[in-house]
Amino acid sequence: MVPVEFYFVLSALLFFIGVFGFVTRRNLIAMLISIELVLNAVDINFAAFNRMLFPDGQLEGFFMSLFSIGVSAAESAVAIAIIINVYRNFHSDQVNSIENMKY
Amino acid sequence: MEYSYVFLILLLPFLSFIVLGLAGMKMPHKTAGLIGTLSLGIVTALSYYTAFCYFTAERGVDGTFATMVPYNFTWLPLGVLNFDLGIMLDPISVMMLIVISTVSLMVHIYSFGYMHGEKGFQRYYAYLSLFTMSMLGLVVATNIFQMYLFWELVGVSSYLLIGFYYPLHAAVAASKKAFIVTRFADMFFLIGILIFGFYTGSFSFSFAGNVVMGDGATPFIPVDVVRAVAAGGFIIPTALVLMFIGGAGKSAMFPLHIWLPDAMEGPTPVSALIHAATMVVAGVFQIARLFPLWIEYAPGQMSIVVYVGVFTAFYAAAVACAQSDIKRVLAFSTISQIAFMMVALGVCLPGHDGAVLDNHAQLGYMASMFHLFTHAMFKACLFLGAGCIIHAVHSNEMSTMGGLRKYMPITHITFLISCIAISGIPPFSGFFSKDEIITACFAYSPVVGWIMTAIAAMTAFYMFRLYYGIFWGTENKELHEHHTPHEAPLTMTIPLIILSVITLTCGWIVNFGSFVSASGLDYEIHLDKQIAITSTVIALISIALATYIYKGEKQPIADILYKRFPKLHRAAYKRFYMDEVWMFITHKVIFRLVSTPIAWFDRHVVDGTFDFIAWGSNAAGETIRPWQSGDVRQYAVWFLTGTVALTLVLLCLL
Repeated sequence: MVPVEFYFVLSALLFFIGVFGFVTRRNLIAMLISIELVLNAVDINFAAFNRMLFPDGQLEGFFMSLFSIGVSAAESAVAIAIIINVYRNFHSDQVNSIENMKY
Repeated sequence: MEYSYVFLILLLPFLSFIVLGLAGMKMPHKTAGLIGTLSLGIVTALSYYTAFCYFTAERGVDGTFATMVPYNFTWLPLGVLNFDLGIMLDPISVMMLIVISTVSLMVHIYSFGYMHGEKGFQRYYAYLSLFTMSMLGLVVATNIFQMYLFWELVGVSSYLLIGFYYPLHAAVAASKKAFIVTRFADMFFLIGILIFGFYTGSFSFSFAGNVVMGDGATPFIPVDVVRAVAAGGFIIPTALVLMFIGGAGKSAMFPLHIWLPDAMEGPTPVSALIHAATMVVAGVFQIARLFPLWIEYAPGQMSIVVYVGVFTAFYAAAVACAQSDIKRVLAFSTISQIAFMMVALGVCLPGHDGAVLDNHAQLGYMASMFHLFTHAMFKACLFLGAGCIIHAVHSNEMSTMGGLRKYMPITHITFLISCIAISGIPPFSGFFSKDEIITACFAYSPVVGWIMTAIAAMTAFYMFRLYYGIFWGTENKELHEHHTPHEAPLTMTIPLIILSVITLTCGWIVNFGSFVSASGLDYEIHLDKQIAITSTVIALISIALATYIYKGEKQPIADILYKRFPKLHRAAYKRFYMDEVWMFITHKVIFRLVSTPIAWFDRHVVDGTFDFIAWGSNAAGETIRPWQSGDVRQYAVWFLTGTVALTLVLLCLL
């Protein structure tokens, strides 16, 4: 059986890769993928902790990860819709292109 | 109550003001004038009817006319004190209703001719209606506060009418001056009212005696003078003297008279209505209204009224002798005559045999009201006559006139009648009222009596100087050939004729004393032969002197006098430099020592504080503005840094 720490290490790596990607990428799609990575890291954490703390059958952690996957699916649908609109209006998928949205 | 219609007397001019003020610009001149004049005609008819009913009603058991209060309701309940509004009819207010409505109606009719084709004709009639409403409200007030309210309203309408020709700089300056000077005086009036109300617990004229309240009228809260006297004997006199300062401002008593001569910048009918017949006597009316308080609680302070009045009468008469602008002469003559009324009120003595109000000791009260009535009529006639003359020669200066009697016969005759009346020659109305004033003055002190006789002589002199200067004297032939003066149209001469008929008859046809007197009892006016003959002879001598000096085509004596006393003439012409004194006091003393430091404090400390706060927020905003870059990744970095920092802090703390 894989020791539970491995899961934590994987989750931490995924999380920081996601954060790094979000900060460094200029492409909106790439930033969205990074956010997905962060969310997946959290999901893994939920599953691993649930297994570690309640080995005999309580499933709140799993439910939480299922819920989180659902939310992230909905969120990516909305995000992609926005990105498509940004692309149509600004002819670019670069995050700098919509800087003037701040006003 | 039988007087339930009197609210119309106030309502009609107010409605006509609203209609003319809002819709006047869309009306032709004639319609607007007719609306104003018709509503005022109805008001005049109602006033006469009221006066007829009031004075023909049975006298009460105590021999006085009952004070009728058809309407009174609480407008503002101010805790203990109440601010009421209502209508009160007593002999002096009914008499004032007649004076105001008559003169106002004459002025309305006259203005058809005088203001013909003038820009803002409708606005002019709207203001006249506003003024008439306020003045009528002032005289029928049931309490001092209501009087003060309408007092300010007449001030506003006076301001608006003086500044009627607002493109002219002089008119604007004069209206501001009138407003500021009277407002300054009104401040004292307000303080007096507040002191009075605070200590006596009421503003009502409940001391009027024999008050009959109408159905549904809020009863008066009695003026608790006993409490005020218990709190300090000086309180009632102080309040009354402060109110007198307010009255002195409105009635142009020295040294607050400076606004009245300048107010002549307004249209001449306005001068006749506001600055001769009605508004300027508001101060006299105020003292007459509070007379029972003055005579009982402040008899000593009445000498202030006498001194101010005597000095003003003399000063104004002296200045009037040297003015060359005919309206200015009339303005100073008005100041002098109002001072006569003030003196007459001041010389009232405490009643005999313990009675507070006594017709014989307080003859001056009746004399003052009588003179107010007759003066309103003949002075309005003089001003309207002056308006006709100005209309004919297009100037106020006497140098453009002279010899006008050939061109303007009606104006000439009516002006002459009024001049004789103001000089005090029997049987013209001015004689009777002025004679009563001088009799009252002699009863007070022979010195005051002789001074007032001398001033009456000066009055006769300067009025005939004016008369000869306009209608006889040196004719300005050059100007008159270029533009022949012509008699004014009928709308202007009819009011003159009506007023001069009143002036001719109102002295002896009815016995004024049986309507208005200090105690309210019937008083038979009887002439003191010695005083009557003396003052008539003195008046005739001054008229003869004026005739001798000013009637001829050449005026050698006047020229010699002018050459002998150039400084005196210059000083009198410049009104003894009173305007300059006020300018010095306001500009050099008050502005420099009080206003400038206050303005500095305001600009630098008060404004500075707020400017600093505004500048600080602005600067802070400008500083943090670049942080809002719109770059999402940068926000993410900040967010991340913040999270890490917070985590570290929490780790350290826990």
